[in-house]
Amino acid sequence: MVKLTINGKEHSVDVRPDTPLLWVLRDHLGLTGTKFGCGMAQCGACTVHLNGEAVRSCVTLVSRAAGQKVTTIEGLSKDNSHPLQRAWLEDDVLQCGYCQSGQIMSAAVLLRDHPNPSDSDIDQAMSGNICRCGTYQRIRNAIHKAAKLQKEGGVK
Amino acid sequence: MLSKIMGGIIMLLAVLVISVSFQPRVNEDKAVLDERISKEAFLEVYKVLMSPRCMNCHPKGDVPLQGDDSHLHTMGVTRGDDGKGVSAMKCSNCHQATNTPGLNQPPGNPTWHLPPADMKMVFEGKSPRELAAQLKNKDLNGHKTMAQLIEHVSHDKLVLWGWDPGEGRTLPPLQHVEFVRQFKLWVDKGAVLPD
Repeated sequence: MVKLTINGKEHSVDVRPDTPLLWVLRDHLGLTGTKFGCGMAQCGACTVHLNGEAVRSCVTLVSRAAGQKVTTIEGLSKDNSHPLQRAWLEDDVLQCGYCQSGQIMSAAVLLRDHPNPSDSDIDQAMSGNICRCGTYQRIRNAIHKAAKLQKEGGVK
Repeated sequence: MLSKIMGGIIMLLAVLVISVSFQPRVNEDKAVLDERISKEAFLEVYKVLMSPRCMNCHPKGDVPLQGDDSHLHTMGVTRGDDGKGVSAMKCSNCHQATNTPGLNQPPGNPTWHLPPADMKMVFEGKSPRELAAQLKNKDLNGHKTMAQLIEHVSHDKLVLWGWDPGEGRTLPPLQHVEFVRQFKLWVDKGAVLPD
């Protein structure tokens, strides 16, 4: 049994310690907002927060997350009110949507470290998240918008 | 009798003169030999330091290198102030404590990082002489003494990773034990800068 805290709730899962965190989230706990993309930490679709950092859950073994705090897209806010989620909706950022939970989880770490990011900060932080639909411009604009929303109202 | 004594004294003086005149030459020969051994040892060390397993994390820019062809790290990864990446692009976001099994999977180590921004310790593009000079300079080598450098190349886990790099990555051209032997030889014989 591996114990870990996901979105503020404690879980015990009966898996091998070398199981990738992604499969624990999706297959064992039903948290399917986190996506499988490449399986080799190159696309960013599987990004979740481990103790606040934007790790790639496809290559992060559940043993690394044991006893640690994991946040997935489902736990970023209680009611989709995180500034990034609001900005994403207002700007209709997503197209097919497959990569967007990973994009938002990476952007959340960016906004924590750079509350008022420049285009360069955004490009530097987001360059590991690939979008096959090419929504990069909308992602960048939405991050700027989310930074303003965060400044005005904070994270609800 | 007197002539015998005089003869003895002359012989003694002759021996002394010969000894004294030969002494510098003997020393000089040893010094030349040590210098040659030291330089040759560093050239062996240099082959390892410039291999992808070492040089890829000692790039001349702020982007780590990847692969046996030492291309720029994909995904726009950058050094960051502490050498551990920036915000959502930190090294340990993908690089685990151990190599992830499989071809082209991220290699891993508990301390995966580049040198920090305030001491980049660049290997890429350095000649043997330039790299040797950098290694000897405490202001450029991570504030290490030569003894600490030997300890570093002998036991540092990230250095040792170079000889356990995971699937599909070539090993440095010398075995680790030979690399350390050549490094010590370079230091023991004077840490001479190659020509």
